[in-house]
Amino acid sequence: MSQKILAKNKLDAFLQGLCRDQDLFAPVMKDGKVGWAPVATADQALWDFSNTEMSPKDFFFPQTECMMRFKNVQGDPQGMIMQAEPALNRPRVLLNIRPCDAKAFQVLDLIFVQDEMTNDLYWRDKREKTTLIGLACNDPCPTCFCTTVGSNPHGTTGLDVLLVDLGDKFLAQALTAKGEALVGDLPAAAGGDEAKAAELKKAAEGKISGGVAMDKVNSREVMELYDAPLWDRVMESCLNCGTCTFCCPTCHCFDIQDETQGQDGRRVRNWDYCMSWLFTMHGTGHNPRGTKKDRVRQRFMHKFKYIPVKRGGEIGCVGCGRCVRLCPVNIDVRQVVNDMNA
Amino acid sequence: MEAIAQKIREAAKRLLSEGKVDVVIGYAKGTVPMREYPYFAYTPEEAENLTWSSFCCNNLALYTIRRPGRMAVVAQGCVSRNLVNLINENQFKRDDLYVIGVNSPGMVDRRKVQALFPGKTITEVIEEPEHLLVKGQGFEERLERKKVFRSNCLTCVQRNPVISDEMIGEVGPEGHGGNIDKVAAPWEKLVPAERWTEMQETLKDCIRCYACRDACPLCYCHVCFVDEAQPQWCGKTQDEADVATFHILRAFHCAGRCTDCGACESACPQGIKMRRLTSKIEKDIRALYGYRPGMEIGAQPPMSLFKPNDPQDFIK
Amino acid sequence: MRNTYVPYPVSIKEVRVETEDKQLKSFWLQFLNSEDASAFNYTPGQFAELSISGYGEIPIGIASSPTEGRDLLFTVNKVGSVSSRLHNMKAGDIMGVRGPLGNSYPLRAAKGKNIVIVAGGFAVTTLRSTMNWLLHPDHRGDYGEITFIYGARTPGMLLYTQEWTAWQNSGQAKVCVTVDREAPGWSGLVGFVPTVTGDVAPKPDNAIALICGPPIMIKFTQPVFDKLGWQSDQIIMSLENRMKCGIGICGRCNVGPEYVCKDGPVFTKTQLDKLPREY
Repeated sequence: MSQKILAKNKLDAFLQGLCRDQDLFAPVMKDGKVGWAPVATADQALWDFSNTEMSPKDFFFPQTECMMRFKNVQGDPQGMIMQAEPALNRPRVLLNIRPCDAKAFQVLDLIFVQDEMTNDLYWRDKREKTTLIGLACNDPCPTCFCTTVGSNPHGTTGLDVLLVDLGDKFLAQALTAKGEALVGDLPAAAGGDEAKAAELKKAAEGKISGGVAMDKVNSREVMELYDAPLWDRVMESCLNCGTCTFCCPTCHCFDIQDETQGQDGRRVRNWDYCMSWLFTMHGTGHNPRGTKKDRVRQRFMHKFKYIPVKRGGEIGCVGCGRCVRLCPVNIDVRQVVNDMNA
Repeated sequence: MEAIAQKIREAAKRLLSEGKVDVVIGYAKGTVPMREYPYFAYTPEEAENLTWSSFCCNNLALYTIRRPGRMAVVAQGCVSRNLVNLINENQFKRDDLYVIGVNSPGMVDRRKVQALFPGKTITEVIEEPEHLLVKGQGFEERLERKKVFRSNCLTCVQRNPVISDEMIGEVGPEGHGGNIDKVAAPWEKLVPAERWTEMQETLKDCIRCYACRDACPLCYCHVCFVDEAQPQWCGKTQDEADVATFHILRAFHCAGRCTDCGACESACPQGIKMRRLTSKIEKDIRALYGYRPGMEIGAQPPMSLFKPNDPQDFIK
Repeated sequence: MRNTYVPYPVSIKEVRVETEDKQLKSFWLQFLNSEDASAFNYTPGQFAELSISGYGEIPIGIASSPTEGRDLLFTVNKVGSVSSRLHNMKAGDIMGVRGPLGNSYPLRAAKGKNIVIVAGGFAVTTLRSTMNWLLHPDHRGDYGEITFIYGARTPGMLLYTQEWTAWQNSGQAKVCVTVDREAPGWSGLVGFVPTVTGDVAPKPDNAIALICGPPIMIKFTQPVFDKLGWQSDQIIMSLENRMKCGIGICGRCNVGPEYVCKDGPVFTKTQLDKLPREY
């Protein structure tokens, strides 16, 4: 695919093109926090930032999503019959998404869409109608560890276009046909531009200081890791809150609830989290993951053992470091995985 | 600060080697700047990991709940008040607890520090007696500690532990000069409709991770009302009504028990100011019942005690 | 592309109280649309999400056999809000069914073998499906001896009495039904399922065993099979865990890397021995 140049004084024109027939979103600064919001011009978007506080997964998997509706009247010909919510009506572009977050969507694709039955149309519809324009990280922060879990600060996985900030301009790499259509008209990059991007990539990789080792986690059997003594210590300070799972770009557990108000009924899905003791509780009161230790272990085992076992070695973590930054009791996933690997 | 930390380690080592307690619950240095974490030392060697700094923002009283055995807890004023609360609420016996008391220097709000360096990554924060030296990629700046205190520390009334078996360092002054009654004042000026708008604004970023509840030593119900399925008191969605129901009911469940330790706000990944709610409730409790939670073993919390002369004119 | 979260609409055709404590009721469900009925192709051991609009869904094993026609049978224990609501519903009411979900008993792979079925309490549901499938004239000839061991606390707690009586009378299977204690009017076997299994002493040669029941029954039945010389890969069990999506996404029913809803609910003991006991 082609390598193009996006001049910094041409950003507004580029953005205008992007939002002509689509909704355009980008990271912005609001209330002192970096979060996603609709943008129309280049100065509304952030171009120099570490990453958004929360993952952008809710573009595809909203925290609360109405899945279907029904008329709450038994005896009515249409009553009580579930009707799926309509699909997304306008395509979208996410601009300046970080490569780790884009990689996370590809991991989630493997889970939300597996076969004819495991085929989450809510996820799929939004994925198919969204274009991802990534912004390479030239300055990974101290909590980033993407390179040690198969991602990269300049990674292209899951993206349609990758922008690399070369200082005075962006190198725009088209990665898919969708991406090619967006940047095809930009001027071509010169060999020096690509060489500079490669240098920046190398420098960014060099800035990733900490990380995880996975070799023994990969080679050990499930039960060896499950029975390892480390979990007794990891769980001690854990609050069993949902922070790590809700900020995580790959956590995808959910609950389904019905709600009614008069004749209007709907079936809604909400993010849920494996740290909650109710998550696995049977109607009888029996709870297969009844202790805090069970639940803490589940989260790490799921990401670093269960997903790799079931999804051809793909790790359920992209190294974005959000949970490291936000955990109220500083449970550091890097330490936990290294202990699993010890 | 380091001198206090050293004394905490010494006390912990002594208690563990003498077999006086099974565990010392204190703080250890975090892996990211400005975040110490709750640490459990079972051996004198592990006690070496204990620390004390401006970033000890978790309330350790939480970890005494349903914990068997004899434990020592590093406790500044608010933590000790929560320990008293738990003793008064029959969660454990005073005899099973050894309090390593410390005067709180006032803890620092890492969000306030970060807000001074928008968009920049802080890589290290070094403690100095009245200052913090903040370092990051391409910058270094010295801040006055008091300017970046958590707001609950600014209005603290009890920096010294109310119970302690051993005091580390000197008994220090109480308070930092802030007026707790003023925290609630903005609410009082608003008419109900404005209050509701203010409430929605306060809670709009809530992601319902329940870190505030889970970090709170008052919240030890086996099943929290928000998790109850039969009956389901509170919807599970992000709708405003569901989110507000959680926060309002939780705040009321803590009425007359909240020590304003600030653990909820420190735990919140979204920086929500739930103290706006609790401070008003506690102000009312002080005004109506003359009660401050956790100040005295044996005191009866007003919300679990009926007296014929209780004020009743707020019941409409 | 079908949205697999949307249940097929069905109407309740018949409701039957199954047990003396009235905690178990059976529901025959009829698809409102014939194309949905054709799309719902299932085999014994699979389950479905029963959907009660306004209340939610519950995963329940399919008790009917595809050899019985298009209608579906579910026997439901009243425990939570959805099952309680279902117990209050009547013939003609509209609800939903989503599925079929999960894997099934390895009956096709067991052709030519003897089949031993051990069931306790209301876990017998998918084994009713299995028995009806095995005893159907199209399939009976493919299998050797069929042994059906089933127990409940009292005669009044036994499900599907008419049916297992008919299987007994047909001579097509060895049927051993037991109750925990002597009871007035009961002339059948008395004793716990593990004891009766020991007495029946099914031989492991060229056989598989399908075991479903409460954890306590499984715990005491397994050693009986071990003693009789059965290997772990001959013992097949069906697990239950809390579920929501039923299609291997939502994350709560997993036992190690395996999702009970998608990779299960049917596992061999060989598989379970390598997994955490999170069920």
